[in-house]
Amino acid sequence: MIEEVLVTLRANPKIDPVLSTWSWEVPLYLFLGGLAAGIMFFAAIMVLANRQREAPFVTEKLVLWTVILLSVGMAALFLDLSHRWYVFRFYTAFRPSSPMSWGSWILIIIYPICLLQILSTFRQGYPNLARRLERFDIGALALDLSERFRRRIAWISIPFALALGIYTGLLLNTLVARPFWNTAILPVLFLVSALSTAAALTILGTSIKGERNLFTQIDFSLIAVEIFLVLLLVIDLSTGSQVQLAALDLILGGRYTVGFWLLFFSIGLLIPILLEGRELLRKSTSAFYLAPLFVLIGGYLLRQVVMNIGLHSSWVDYANQFDPQLLQLLQ
Amino acid sequence: MTRYAMVIDTLTCVGCGDCVTACKTENQMPDGLTRDWVVETTTGEYPNLSTEFRSERCNHCSHATCVYVCPTGASHFWRDTNIVLVDSGKCTGCKACIAACPYDARLIMHPEGYVDKCTFCHHRVENGLDPACVSTCPTHCMHFGVLDDPAGKVSTLLRTRNYKTLLQETGNEPNVYYLT
Repeated sequence: MIEEVLVTLRANPKIDPVLSTWSWEVPLYLFLGGLAAGIMFFAAIMVLANRQREAPFVTEKLVLWTVILLSVGMAALFLDLSHRWYVFRFYTAFRPSSPMSWGSWILIIIYPICLLQILSTFRQGYPNLARRLERFDIGALALDLSERFRRRIAWISIPFALALGIYTGLLLNTLVARPFWNTAILPVLFLVSALSTAAALTILGTSIKGERNLFTQIDFSLIAVEIFLVLLLVIDLSTGSQVQLAALDLILGGRYTVGFWLLFFSIGLLIPILLEGRELLRKSTSAFYLAPLFVLIGGYLLRQVVMNIGLHSSWVDYANQFDPQLLQLLQ
Repeated sequence: MTRYAMVIDTLTCVGCGDCVTACKTENQMPDGLTRDWVVETTTGEYPNLSTEFRSERCNHCSHATCVYVCPTGASHFWRDTNIVLVDSGKCTGCKACIAACPYDARLIMHPEGYVDKCTFCHHRVENGLDPACVSTCPTHCMHFGVLDDPAGKVSTLLRTRNYKTLLQETGNEPNVYYLT
């Protein structure tokens, strides 16, 4: 038996009794950043595959949302900072060993790429807005140049979209003091989930049957890969160190079992793959919006649940940690 | 890198908590926040039990994961030593370092919001003094010095006594040693 008791009081807020430093803001950013990455990726792929006419919604309309989603995500990140007026410090240093530093600089590069990607199909997607932009010489020039280099912009977009998608998982994965995050499966899982949520949003938004069918097929495959990756994640942790086994216990009978398997895995993966499978087999198309809606909810839940589990999994385990509720009883 | 180390004798520590009080006073810690704490570990099966007291804090690791994940350079090694400090003027409060510390030794200062931790009282060390916790220990179970000095007291203690470090398996190379 080993029992570790704190003799002196330790009740540092958000550190004790378990880590609760991050709330909804970081998962929201990870979700929106992933979604933007997915949209960038599909918009670029469709342009390069000369399937722009078959998938006009994602290449011409949805692509505008990349900057909006990224901006909302970054606003959420800003809200999370506890010393937020020093946010400019992210851009006064580049720290190669810090994934967060890479992420903040990648975002600076991704914004102009997103803008170029938007401009390259702006005349087709938003003709009224494009006409207004054309009133300015520089606007017309930007539209002309972006359209001329549309394929090159698409080529550049792909690696940055993948980097952004992987980064959302890598950020957690490299924080090695949290055993549940310390698995190389996580960045891949987050990337596939990012692509899946972008495909789902395309299915929801498009009014063209061909585009919907194409992205339903894509999303079906991506969800299947995600299910496989979740199983790999469990296998990876189950063959890990003692702290990783303890972290795995949190979803195998522990306090996050329902959150992980019922909320994320069932709602976000199992139900959508069944619904999309039925649609692909032409058995039911009446509720086509349900599956992508579940995928989007599941995409957010994946990040929120994984973050909560990671914060809860730790190397330090005092048997009798300080309980703030006991202090309230005394008062 | 000059390596400073703290050596704590668990056989003479009585768990009085004076180190915690000394730290709070010396560093003017706000109410409810603490940079060090005392753990009592009981092992064995009744009636064959053994108890150990450990005064714990930041381990000022030679391979400090908190320093490596910091995106702004706020978490840094002080003057080419292993003493890890946080520059509040560079800290954004992103809290990546807190998640990267396997010892959960970092905290968020309130009301300001920057991240804080044990500094090995570097303001005393640069004046040739021991950290406040070491100076105040009534049983003299805490020792502080340069690890690489073979004639120094911490090196001598580690050469002549059995010792352990916490969570060595993390690879962080902690520099707080516990004599057993």
